[in-house]
Amino acid sequence: MDLILQGIIKAFHLIVSFDPEVISITWLSLKISGTATLISLFVGVSVGVAVALNDFFGKRLVISIINTGMGLPPVVVGLFVTIMIWRSGPFGFLEILYTPYAMIIAQAVIATPIVMGISLAAIQNLPPNLRLQILSLGASRLQMVWVLVKESRLPLLAAVMAGFGGVISEIGASIMVGGNIKGYTRVLTTATVMETGKGNFDLAIALAIILLLLAFTINFLLTQIQQRQQSR
Amino acid sequence: MFRKSKIIITLLIATFLFAFGASTVFDAQAAPKQKNIILTTTTSTQDSGLLDVLIPIFEKKTGYFVKTIAVGSGQAMAMGQKGEADVMLVHSPEAEKKFVEEGYGVNRRLIMHNDFIIVGPADDPAKIKRLKSSAEALKKIAHAGALFVSRGDNSGTHAKEKILWKQAEIAPTGQKWYQETGLGMGQTLNVAAEKKGYTLADRGTYLALKKNIPLEILVEGDAILLNIYHVMEVNRKMWPKVNAAGARAFADFMVSRQAQEIIGKFGVDKFGSPLFFPDAGKKVEDLGK
Repeated sequence: MDLILQGIIKAFHLIVSFDPEVISITWLSLKISGTATLISLFVGVSVGVAVALNDFFGKRLVISIINTGMGLPPVVVGLFVTIMIWRSGPFGFLEILYTPYAMIIAQAVIATPIVMGISLAAIQNLPPNLRLQILSLGASRLQMVWVLVKESRLPLLAAVMAGFGGVISEIGASIMVGGNIKGYTRVLTTATVMETGKGNFDLAIALAIILLLLAFTINFLLTQIQQRQQSR
Repeated sequence: MFRKSKIIITLLIATFLFAFGASTVFDAQAAPKQKNIILTTTTSTQDSGLLDVLIPIFEKKTGYFVKTIAVGSGQAMAMGQKGEADVMLVHSPEAEKKFVEEGYGVNRRLIMHNDFIIVGPADDPAKIKRLKSSAEALKKIAHAGALFVSRGDNSGTHAKEKILWKQAEIAPTGQKWYQETGLGMGQTLNVAAEKKGYTLADRGTYLALKKNIPLEILVEGDAILLNIYHVMEVNRKMWPKVNAAGARAFADFMVSRQAQEIIGKFGVDKFGSPLFFPDAGKKVEDLGK
């Protein structure tokens, strides 16, 4: 009990004192996971919408693969990204193993199927006649897609939350491709594991609380938008 | 209402975009390509905090950027063997010798030592306290069927543990009282503490964690328990992509008088005694005397 209390006090102390180390770790987490989410949003929504709106041979297989990807284990992603980018790997010439870029790539790979799957389902859930209606009103194909995306913005925001939540709390891939290098690739999750290993439980609890607060703040803001639009 | 949420969305996107823009500054401190050195090392050097003191001094002095990957000694050398590391700071002498003989490593140099200890619960069910021989202690643990928690990760500590079991003429793998964590030293100590088991630990990590774990030192001082750290550079002839100049600079720094003095003083303020003893230039045979 003492330990938990100490952890909370320490967390409070670290936050209000703007501890430079904690600030930089938090900021790095936000930067890496935010960028990864942004990439996954771009790729995931475009592919998700394209798959939802087109009929082609093997569509069900593709959807099954995307849905499986939603549960892609981060360590598997970490392993494959590592093999691809280490010095002797096919992309070794990029020299990005143990850099934040490698972490962004791995996290984007994790988040993309999540965003893709949710946006696919969202578009498919719209009334089928809506498309015909929009087209018959004289909209171009691109305009039609835009209207559909706007119509499904609520589940799309949920997709952003799921994607971001998935990668900011992820550790398996981050520690494998990032290496937990101080001031460079040390993020909240990897730092928490390391401090636990060092026996600094109070600091570990503090980092965990900051991670929770960060995830909560982002989700709170997004939920605000989502719910407000619904009640409109 | 709609406008307000639009502002929030715009703000969020702006933040991410800014973050993305800022991310191009990631490499600012490591601009020239061969400035990066990949150092693979054991968890004990990181968990004890020693590298957090040494590396910033080295980076400031030379302009190199050190990427420290803290894993077990086994994995650290496996990465060197594939050319994925430039320099290694490890403590698994038998495996290191083999590594150099096979041509993967060059310039193996002695850095420092401390010692391993056998720790366990205060009530000591196997009655090993103050035994002089660590092999004897393991025999007693095995006969009592008391829980022994092993690293099980091919680390230097695990390698030492296997040597001790061999000396005790016991094959622990698969026994009910023998559990392997596959984790670092700090986490393994936590597991042992939680399950009231015995384990072999390096003194540095144990001292660093002591305030939180109820384990006691039961066996220490046996000559075989010496824990010796060497630095090795990955052989450039095997892997041309290796940053050989950086590796050499780091290894040279580790044996320099400045680094050796820091190693000798490290931990004195916190624990009352140093965690490591600097040994650059000495011979392995003379250690611990």
